Amino acid sequence: MDSDDTAESTLRHRTSSRLQDCCIGATPLQKRIESVRKQVSFVPTPPRRKIPQCSQLQEDNDPQKVAFILHKQWTLYSLTPLYKFSYTNLKEYSRLLSAFIAAEKQKGLAVEVGEDVSVKVTFSTLLGMKGTQRDSEAFLVQILSKSQLPSENREQKVLWTGWFCCVFGDSLLETIPEDFTCVPLFLANGAETNTALVGTWFQKTFDCHFSPLAINAFNLSWMAAMWTACKMDQYMAATELLWSVPCSPQSLDISYAIHPEDAKALWDSVHKTPGEVTQEEVDLFMDCLYSHFHRHFKIHLSATRLVRVSTSVASVHTDGKIKILCHKYLIGVLAYLTELAIFQID
Amino acid sequence: MSPQKRVKDSKAQKRTSQGSDSYQTNFVALEEENLNDSKCSLKHGQDNPMKDYGHVDDEAEDDLKRAMRYFEKGPVKTSQMKDKTLEKHFRTVENVAWKSGLAPEGIDILLNVALSGKFGNAVNTRILKCMIPATLVSEDSVVKAISWLCVGKCSGSTKVLFYRWLVAMFDFIDHKEQINLLYGFFFASLQDDALCPYVCHLLYLLTKKENVKPFRVRKLLSLQAKMGMQPHLQALLSLYKFFAPTLISVSLPARKKIYFKNSDNLWKTALLALRQRNQGPPPEPVKLMLGPANVRPLKRKWNSYSVIPVLNSSSYSKEYGKKGMALSDYLSSNGSFPLEQLKSFPQLLKNIHCLELPSQMGAVLNNSLLLHYINCVKDESVLLRLYHWLSQTLQEECIWYKVNNYEHGKEFASFLDTIIRAQCFLQEGFYSCETFLYKSLPLWDGLCCRSQFLQLVSWIPFSSFSEMKPLLFDHLAQLFFTSTIYFKCSVLQTLRELLQNWLLWLSTDIHMKPVMDSPLESTLSGSMNSVSELIHYVGWLSTTAVRLESNNTFLLHFILDFYEKVCDVYINYNLPLVILFPPGIFYPTLLSLDSSILNQLCYIMHRYRKNLTAAKKNEFIQKTKLQFRFSTKTYQEFNHYLMVMVGCLWTSRPFQKGLYIDHEVLEKAGVVEYKSSLNLVHHPALLSYAVSFLLQECPEERVSMSSIRGKKWNWYLDYLFSEGLQGLQLFIKSSIHRSSVPRPESINHIEH
Repeated sequence: MDSDDTAESTLRHRTSSRLQDCCIGATPLQKRIESVRKQVSFVPTPPRRKIPQCSQLQEDNDPQKVAFILHKQWTLYSLTPLYKFSYTNLKEYSRLLSAFIAAEKQKGLAVEVGEDVSVKVTFSTLLGMKGTQRDSEAFLVQILSKSQLPSENREQKVLWTGWFCCVFGDSLLETIPEDFTCVPLFLANGAETNTALVGTWFQKTFDCHFSPLAINAFNLSWMAAMWTACKMDQYMAATELLWSVPCSPQSLDISYAIHPEDAKALWDSVHKTPGEVTQEEVDLFMDCLYSHFHRHFKIHLSATRLVRVSTSVASVHTDGKIKILCHKYLIGVLAYLTELAIFQID
Repeated sequence: MSPQKRVKDSKAQKRTSQGSDSYQTNFVALEEENLNDSKCSLKHGQDNPMKDYGHVDDEAEDDLKRAMRYFEKGPVKTSQMKDKTLEKHFRTVENVAWKSGLAPEGIDILLNVALSGKFGNAVNTRILKCMIPATLVSEDSVVKAISWLCVGKCSGSTKVLFYRWLVAMFDFIDHKEQINLLYGFFFASLQDDALCPYVCHLLYLLTKKENVKPFRVRKLLSLQAKMGMQPHLQALLSLYKFFAPTLISVSLPARKKIYFKNSDNLWKTALLALRQRNQGPPPEPVKLMLGPANVRPLKRKWNSYSVIPVLNSSSYSKEYGKKGMALSDYLSSNGSFPLEQLKSFPQLLKNIHCLELPSQMGAVLNNSLLLHYINCVKDESVLLRLYHWLSQTLQEECIWYKVNNYEHGKEFASFLDTIIRAQCFLQEGFYSCETFLYKSLPLWDGLCCRSQFLQLVSWIPFSSFSEMKPLLFDHLAQLFFTSTIYFKCSVLQTLRELLQNWLLWLSTDIHMKPVMDSPLESTLSGSMNSVSELIHYVGWLSTTAVRLESNNTFLLHFILDFYEKVCDVYINYNLPLVILFPPGIFYPTLLSLDSSILNQLCYIMHRYRKNLTAAKKNEFIQKTKLQFRFSTKTYQEFNHYLMVMVGCLWTSRPFQKGLYIDHEVLEKAGVVEYKSSLNLVHHPALLSYAVSFLLQECPEERVSMSSIRGKKWNWYLDYLFSEGLQGLQLFIKSSIHRSSVPRPESINHIEH
């Protein structure tokens, strides 16, 4: 991404010098405004990206926790920086969030005070789940049910899981002062009421804001291309794209499944720059799929809406649900999602 | 609503020191005040189209007062009349209570009546059932009511109902200190089997750590032994155990269901309404939305009541970080001032160094005192927290981001109104709104929340115009050209306000920081560039709009309003900037058919002259500021416009320079004698004045326009001035040197 970096930095230099003409001193807030202007005025996403690679840092992570993350469906949210969050207080946060959940669940009724709550919350860090050393450490929050019977081998059942991460979040980190912790991507698995409870507590405690992260068709086609480009030792699933045709009374879905090796072959034929994916390549890749489909079914898929992309790397839906399948490209997938989350909170 | 509230404030203090005996007189006084108030409000509301509603309200208020007085007096003996009037008054009170709630005074009176036993049991019950506060219940009323319980005038069932009422209204009692002092009394009431569950609930709400005493624990345990495992007793015991684990060795069941049933709450619906009254507009009902086009709206599920978070002190940072806390932190945290107690500006000033900030910064939007604080705070993190919250909330609430989500339009508009109020209060725009505009303007239809949206535009913080233009003003121009004339006018008005806000900001900012690290010239000239670009942009919009709308008078007014701001920048804001209007504005206004437009043009020309001469004078005095010398082009332009105007209106020699029309064309058009046709007499905007002037002078004769000359010309001028053409008067006074001999006069050019 070197060439990209230099281009961006000259751009930033130019705009910031322009800003100084009329504003005095660049406060963090002005830096934010600058980055937003930059984002709005230029193409919303950079025209080229790296093909996901295996990260060095990923070696540190706990295989058990990674296994826990894979093959689960996560709902995506973007999250503004957390104010005064501290990794040294995770135990305290567990206690407070447990109490909060217990209180909220019994809202309107007399609340039982004390330690006797039926749920338990744990906070733990997810080591290595980041792109660079500067990225904030990822952390995991779980709601466990406490067994009612005080038996010896009490098994704690996981009711809900959510985790926060930041992978290659440099563009955000740059503009945020130290009081804040940047974990712009939040992924939740479990009942939405629990997500709401945890989210509300975070919003109240760290003055942050959660927003659902939807993924539009433009970004979905990027994912389709990037993930097709990933080298796989063995393919676990077919590459499948799903389009939706808005018609009443029920919308019509068109599923387009390709053998992953065919998809890869198609990609290799449109792909030029090694290690990178460009906008032209993405467009060309999708156009090829469209024209192939048109030749057979006389349907212009480009006139419909892409809603889901499933590959052996991951499967993602436009309404912000993702299932990551491949351990090797976990960081790469998260990096792109972090980028989208940062774009949303800017 | 407000009269009652106001009375409460003024009376609350007095009342605490007075016993219930003197209360009656107090209420009379209060009543008079009420009446006066309502009269006042009626007067105020005279130009209010809803005046009739005011009458209705007044009547209802009077009825309520009459009803209150009736209850206060006690029952009348004649039975038949009694029932009727009682019923009537009941209905009045109940109506008000269920509709809008009763004021604290009303609650006070009714509690007194219900518990003093003046009426029978049935009446007391009915009174208690309709005791729904409008906002709050005063603590004094409760204390007084409890004192009635000691007298023993009310029956057991009334007592039970009263306790139930107290528990239901607990959150709405303004203070609880005095009530807590009566803890012993309540505790003693546990003896009464019928009251026990309700008293337990009340104690459960009331208990503080210092209330937990060994003798009370013993009493509770003996009660439990007597009555068995009652949930209400268990609740109280577990609370006691929580506060003082050492005092209670009995094991209580670890997992407990519901201690107190809320379902039998008589006032449930009323309380819901009350809570909504106190907390702002109710949330729209949650609607399950299907289909991938709709992003799940979080707020409706997450934050139940309103978009803007409730104000809470951020004690968390201290509490949560307990372990690593230094001694100094403890000391400082002890001295900090909780937000909930912040009620007045002096309080803010006194505690500004130790104010606890809200846990969610968004809460400041609803609190003007904290907005003051935000205004002067230097801490960037405070502003960043607000920025993030506001950006995200705007994005999430914005209705044109979502498909088919227009039902929340009202809510979004009121949210925008709150933001705009805060911006007006601060006299400063939020950065979040600027970014929101960047993102949302390209998608805006120009209709939805128009007035709010345009107001947001007018509060964009000052910055480089050329940078903002592609993000914002180009999109606005597209909407401008394709929309109705009314939209055009409101955009022009918005841009005028934007200009004014920028000018105000610049004029204060520059004078506040006379010395800076960076050279003043470069920053100031940069700023001036930005402002002049804005003015040129509006000039371009206006010129095109005038053509599109074929010189519409209404539109021209809005354009000239803008230039009324522009022409006075140098004098009013002390900023080195004079920009004239483009010819595309000047000529259509000069040739307008409307006298008020012409008059406004004259006024603007007069102000331009004032500003330019002031600038020239200052240039001579302060040689230092030479870099701001206005270009001679500005002066030339002004002089050119001036010549044209004088040539048309005064000397009847229009368009001597620059504009040449072929004589043949004029002949074809039948206006060979065009020279005088634009002077003060013949100008289409003024012709009617000339006619009525002549008719007034000599009503009998046939009018001849050409007769207005010489002395009559001067009379005619005086007539025009008396008809309200002040702009024209100022213009002529300053620009035309009138000699005693009528003509020829000379034009006052500005030398350059």
